[in-house]
Amino acid sequence: MSETPIQATAGPARQRLSLGRFRDLALVPAILVLIVVGALVDPVFLSSANLINVLQQQTELSLLVLAESLILIAGKFDLSLESTVGLAPALSVALIIPAASHGLGTELPAWTAVPICLLIGMAVGAFNGFLILKLKLSAFIVTLGMLIVLRGLQIGFTGGQNLFDLPLSFTYLGSAQWLGLPASVWLAVVAFALGIVLLAYFRQGRALYAIGGNVDAARAAGIRTDRVVWTVLVLGGLIAALAGLLMTGRLGSVAAAQGQNMIFTVFAAAVIGGVSMDGGKGTLFGALCGVLVLGLIQNILTLGGVSAQWIQAIYGVIILVALMLARLTSGKAQD
Amino acid sequence: MSTATDLPPAAGVRLAVQAHGITKRYGRTVALNQAKISIVDGQTHGLVGRNGAGKSTLVSILTGLQAPDEGTVAFGGEPAPPLGDRDAWRGRVACVYQKSTIIPALTVAENLFINRQSLTGGSLINWGRMRRRAGDLLAEYGVLVDPARPAAELTVEQRQLVEIARALSFGARFIILDEPTAQLDAAAIDRLFARIRALQHAGVTFLFISHHLREVYEICQTVTVFRDARHILTSPVADLSQDRLVDAMTGEAVGLRQVADRPAVPDSAPAVLAVSGLGLADQFTDVDLTVRRGEVVGLAGSASSGKVAVGEAVVGLRRPDTGEVRVAGQLIRPGSVPHALAGGIGFVPEDRHREGLVPLLSVAENGTMTIADRFGRFGAIAPGRRRAAAQRFITDLAVKTDGPDQPVAGLSGGNQQKVVMARALANDPVVLVLINPTAGVDVRSKETLLDVVDQAAASGTAVVIVSDELDDLRPCDRVLVMSHGRVVRTVARGWTDNELVAAIEGMTAQSAGQPGGGSDAGSGGSPAGAADVNVDADVSADESSGENSGV
Ligand SMILES: Nc1ncnc2c1ncn2[C@@H]1O[C@H](COP(=O)(O)OP(=O)(O)OP(=O)(O)O)[C@@H](O)[C@H]1O
Ligand SMILES: [Mg+2]
Repeated sequence: MSETPIQATAGPARQRLSLGRFRDLALVPAILVLIVVGALVDPVFLSSANLINVLQQQTELSLLVLAESLILIAGKFDLSLESTVGLAPALSVALIIPAASHGLGTELPAWTAVPICLLIGMAVGAFNGFLILKLKLSAFIVTLGMLIVLRGLQIGFTGGQNLFDLPLSFTYLGSAQWLGLPASVWLAVVAFALGIVLLAYFRQGRALYAIGGNVDAARAAGIRTDRVVWTVLVLGGLIAALAGLLMTGRLGSVAAAQGQNMIFTVFAAAVIGGVSMDGGKGTLFGALCGVLVLGLIQNILTLGGVSAQWIQAIYGVIILVALMLARLTSGKAQD
Repeated sequence: MSTATDLPPAAGVRLAVQAHGITKRYGRTVALNQAKISIVDGQTHGLVGRNGAGKSTLVSILTGLQAPDEGTVAFGGEPAPPLGDRDAWRGRVACVYQKSTIIPALTVAENLFINRQSLTGGSLINWGRMRRRAGDLLAEYGVLVDPARPAAELTVEQRQLVEIARALSFGARFIILDEPTAQLDAAAIDRLFARIRALQHAGVTFLFISHHLREVYEICQTVTVFRDARHILTSPVADLSQDRLVDAMTGEAVGLRQVADRPAVPDSAPAVLAVSGLGLADQFTDVDLTVRRGEVVGLAGSASSGKVAVGEAVVGLRRPDTGEVRVAGQLIRPGSVPHALAGGIGFVPEDRHREGLVPLLSVAENGTMTIADRFGRFGAIAPGRRRAAAQRFITDLAVKTDGPDQPVAGLSGGNQQKVVMARALANDPVVLVLINPTAGVDVRSKETLLDVVDQAAASGTAVVIVSDELDDLRPCDRVLVMSHGRVVRTVARGWTDNELVAAIEGMTAQSAGQPGGGSDAGSGGSPAGAADVNVDADVSADESSGENSGV
């Protein structure tokens, strides 16, 4: 009797297995191809100014993708992240600036703006968690509702106006340069590095996969499933608020529509990067690759001189095509 | 192997199914290697083999779920239809798969008639008629549930019966049952066998897979043995003693060994697990249970007895309404699995698919999920240390796998069960609660698992085994028998199979001659041992099945 699996000596099977290890890298060739295409479309593409520009523009998106991926892996949803990107900075700024600049009249000290902004994000996540976990409402509809409510709140108290008169501390992170790169790029890199390590090498991170993969089994293994999911939702809100902060700093104002329509791109990047909408599957490295693919495509379209009226339609089509290509290269069904 | 005998069918015998030269690979694993099977029309054909021998893989090929890499399948002499033609497959073969295919969100009735809801071939669904037909069908299997309820509310056993009722009701002439009895109690198995016999009389052919060899002797005329992905032998069951059958399965001429006798636990041993006054509405009332250091206590009873719910309440999967659970004097917070684990309880849940495993995660990760905090500080996991821990349980429990990193979904059913057992043992528990611990585990691996339980007890762990399989209960110092939510009897060590079966069925023992050949009472005991005891009809009538609540 033998307890060892019978080994096939055939070559192809072995090869397939070793390739499987690198499924994470499936998008890397696509990124290389896009870089070549970009260089052919316009030599400016390869200039460091342009590349840094691409990176900086993608930091906010990449942070949202990071947050959404954590939530998706844990088997839940959060559509309201895009509204948090607008509401958290808008509300925290409004609490500080004078009523004349569309403030709320509270005129809190300027240093409180950043912490309040992050706290608002966490509060939104916590409230979503309450509705989803305690009241057991559908995560999809709850966060869709929150998406609309939060955007409505922002428009309500700003009167639909953009907020300009921002404290310096508030715009610092989004506009500073550290070691020749925008600070926001460093932040995104650090956030992804932490996330990748957390998900691969920490019990708390692995708990997300267990919960998303089979919540009953996770519970039976002693994982406090509700607490973990709640934490992830709060963390997601926090990261979205941070993304909003960076975007505000980069643009120098809080637009009434800040973050609007980002969520489609967020989901597309995550799914292209191999994160499953069913939970329990995917990696942050893959999600990051998904962001880069979309960022490069967008940049190439702009450089290629696609007219502003058409860019949205073309971008949407290209995302759908990218989904199909990702399905082909990874060989895995997306769900 | 020299004992291999392959009887060519006598002239004039029609073959319902013939599969030849079947090879199937999954990555590096060869699941079937030039395997074959020929099933004579109108027979019930047994298929046995150790965990991972390739039985379920053959089933998936015979039912058209997968194409073999090599080889041919023929039904009644005609080649099998193409994979895409589901209707053609469905006309030829019906199947109960090892893994549940019940859709929890749909009603019981719709699960039974899925994709043939209209019943008449028209396109309109008559829900009323469908529910009535479903009710009639379920009554034949003693499943007394409202067919309009969602299937999620069914107990594990009821789900299995729904699967069986569905497969048997298609009107197919060939039916495959892959470990249909692993989750059933004795009375339900009896009903199932009665149905199989009746259908066989009407000319239906069966392929029956089970790890309970006694069932094979009882219901099958011919048996085929697979080992290590190959066909080993096919023989009429009457010509094959159980020892030879086990030898063919394991490839060793050892047969089954008798259970080693642990010394009795002294009365002075301290109580480790103390359960008092435990009660849960609709499930059980006023259950007291004390297990001393090193003692093994069985909790037996029919499916409706509430024994599983008691086990789940002890480990925190359910929150009892009354009573308390103490481990070494310390109160365990009711309904909290993390507390139970921290308090030193390890457990095997009833259904490995529902509560035991995360299918996409690796063998190592599943087996060490309860102790993930031990591989580093602040929750960090050193992959090397985890892999080493996994390698240990893979060796100790003889798990058949490519290695610690293989996703657990790629393991055979019995090997998945071993991973669940590993998870239970991982936190060096002082109390072990095992619910149907050997479901789907082959005869030899069952010995391995029960040995592990024995060792745990010998080193001082208090063990509770919740099961109605005699084999599982054999190591017990005493067995508490439950009925309708109460402990009704305590059977001391030294019971005979018939005594215990009678106690479980609530009857006095009656001497029962064994059917079939070659099954000696000492070794292959199983619920089928109850087959000759007349069973009152209401044992599996389960009025309360809020299984998915309270977690
Ligand atoms: N989807 C899969 N991916 C990878 N390997 C698989 C897969 N399914 C089965 N195998 C492997 O094929 C072999 C045969 O498995 P199979 O499920 O047929 O065993 P079995 O005889 O039914 O065992 P059991 O009695 O435990 O149910 C095993 O080694 C298993 O690990
Ligand atoms: Mg199997």
